[in-house]
Amino acid sequence: MSSTISAPTSSQEPGGAPSGFEADRTSDSLGASARAYVDRVRGGDLGALPAILGIVVLGLLFFALRPETFLTPRNMANLADQAAPIIILAMGLVFILLLGEIDLSAGVVSGVCAAVMAKLLADAGAPWYVAVLAAIVTGVAIGLFTGSLVGMIGIPSFVVTLALFLGWQGFTLRLIGEGGTVPVRDPVISAISDRNLPVTLGWILALLVIALYAALQLNRWRTQRTKGLAHQPLAVVLVRIAVIAAIVLLVTAVLSVDRAPAVGVVLAGIPYAVPLVILLLLLLTFVLGRTSFGRHVYAVGGNAEAARRAGINVTKIRVAVFVIGSTLAAISGIVAAARLGSVAPGSGGGNTLLYAVGAAVIGGTSLFGGRGRVRDAVLGGLVVAIIANGLGLLGTEAYLNFIITGGVLLLAASVDALARRRAAATGH
Amino acid sequence: MSAPTDRPEDGTPTLELRGVNKSFGAIQVLHDVHLKVYPGQVTALVGDNGAGKSTLIKSIAGIHPIDSGDVLFEGRPVTVTGPRDAAALGIEIVYQDLALCDNLDVVQNMFLGRERKTGVVLDEISMEQAARDTLSKLSVRTLKSVRQLVSSLSGGQRQTVAIAKAVLWESKLVVLDEPTAALGVAQTRQVLDLVRRLADTGHAVVFISHNMVDVFEVSDRVAALYLGRMAADIPISQVNRGEVIELITAGRSGNLGIAPAEAAAVEV
Ligand SMILES: Nc1ncnc2c1ncn2[C@@H]1O[C@H](COP(=O)(O)OP(=O)(O)OP(=O)(O)O)[C@@H](O)[C@H]1O
Ligand SMILES: [Mg+2]
Repeated sequence: MSSTISAPTSSQEPGGAPSGFEADRTSDSLGASARAYVDRVRGGDLGALPAILGIVVLGLLFFALRPETFLTPRNMANLADQAAPIIILAMGLVFILLLGEIDLSAGVVSGVCAAVMAKLLADAGAPWYVAVLAAIVTGVAIGLFTGSLVGMIGIPSFVVTLALFLGWQGFTLRLIGEGGTVPVRDPVISAISDRNLPVTLGWILALLVIALYAALQLNRWRTQRTKGLAHQPLAVVLVRIAVIAAIVLLVTAVLSVDRAPAVGVVLAGIPYAVPLVILLLLLLTFVLGRTSFGRHVYAVGGNAEAARRAGINVTKIRVAVFVIGSTLAAISGIVAAARLGSVAPGSGGGNTLLYAVGAAVIGGTSLFGGRGRVRDAVLGGLVVAIIANGLGLLGTEAYLNFIITGGVLLLAASVDALARRRAAATGH
Repeated sequence: MSAPTDRPEDGTPTLELRGVNKSFGAIQVLHDVHLKVYPGQVTALVGDNGAGKSTLIKSIAGIHPIDSGDVLFEGRPVTVTGPRDAAALGIEIVYQDLALCDNLDVVQNMFLGRERKTGVVLDEISMEQAARDTLSKLSVRTLKSVRQLVSSLSGGQRQTVAIAKAVLWESKLVVLDEPTAALGVAQTRQVLDLVRRLADTGHAVVFISHNMVDVFEVSDRVAALYLGRMAADIPISQVNRGEVIELITAGRSGNLGIAPAEAAAVEV
């Protein structure tokens, strides 16, 4: 969620006679920062803009079409539950897309892992933590397998994962049996989507998240300034903190309203899926932005040959991103199973993968590698979930659902490709 | 900045190649190559397109394993099998195609593969400071911010970043493959100054170029490759520009270069 510490830069070339190293500036005025941002957007680096625009426009659209149902607290909680598995799957895909690779089997892998968990719960009577652990281990193993085929043998990831897309579906079918479903009734696992944080705890966590974010941002700004490093103007940092705080408070407020359909019962609080997503967001953002592993992922995605010459083990990075992708697919599968209360042979099939790839790309992760962040999965996942949710409220027929969602993915991919061409043309 | 000097070849060369051979499949690209590179000196490596210059330095870097021959670093025989080995010895190579990551900024590129960390967390503060120090020590100008993405840099700036990256690591041998090939007048000037300054600060420098003016301006020694054979490896004061061009195009000049019989054999 935090931006890389790139100083605001403008696109113009330093022309004319060299004037000395003082050309290296560590800070710009607020105006210069704003101009630099506009320059970046014009230069093709759209960042989170399309996703935020999408959330606002689609939100208004569905609110206009279904004023009595769309923006209700009940539907917002439902939306959060709906978005969580898409977002988590997309988080894993961000890592894979950063290398310019693709995992077409991510959706069905989430199905396999969920099936493993469900079978252990239902047939073997295993406790929830054993079942969850088994599902995650399955994800890790599958990722190692896929990653080795891509990274060590060198088969294009498109082909490997297309084959596995079919193969793993067969596996789930064998596990569950034709036409069958395995129920997931474990109270702990169901709680991920059925239960909510107590309202007070929700508020405390919300304030804690805001305080933590503000402290980290301000502390970094202070260190950068005192050590004479590149830093953004304080106003930019403060605006960013204010925006994050406003969003967190608004979401908490909406989800803390009683949304029980009947009088007499109380149903309020943040669904457990939300803190799970936030936890993953923080963890994975840290990995990508603050560790050398994350740095190497970007490097391999930007220029694999340069990374290799810099002594980075490119094969290891390739395998690792597929492991991360499949592990998150496993978690996504668990969350989806908790939401639906069962696992079927078709779990993770259909449009699961399309939604997740769409989420990452709409969020701003490039299909060409080298550009993307974990938060893209969250923003893009919300856009995709809003579309699915809104169309559901409108009662659109299934065929239209497919066409619209496919269209949105194509649109996002076009924006990505055009941004890339633009970036090449303007030297960004 | 001192003028190129004609120092006696005393002392141990930083890098010495003895009888290096290298083939790609059936095509032999390097034939029995000998080369000596001394500290504090710029050795120009010249030769026509396809003579094997890039192949030679990739062999030094361990990117292409050599078929036979010896590589001595500071007098000790070494086997370099990859970029990490080369870096550990103190060999830094600036490739013809630069090999920078466009999507990373200047600091991130300079520390790529060797990031400083506190625990598992990247130490951005110390990396940014060190990068800025190195760049100002090299009197690098015109770079707007060390946090600029490399994709937004001009050709000369990219070259500068690549060279600064090599300097950052206290390297003993810096190899530059055609660092001025794509540059304009002012930027070529900057890079040549930088090359000279590297040698003056004690580095052994190998400088590959097709431009004889540049070669004669910054070099102390010249090594000419002709169709994969080392035609001459001599102090630059012993030759003039015409002779170097003859060495490059014909493999020999006067009594310098590969033996007439051998040259004739090669030309067939
Ligand atoms: N990986 C490779 N596989 C096969 N042949 C190669 C390979 N790399 C280089 N060669 C061949 O080796 C010869 C020497 O190439 P090299 O790139 O070393 O030349 P060079 O002296 O650097 O030329 P230039 O001045 O054009 O950069 C050429 O004939 C080239 O085709
Ligand atoms: Mg070359």
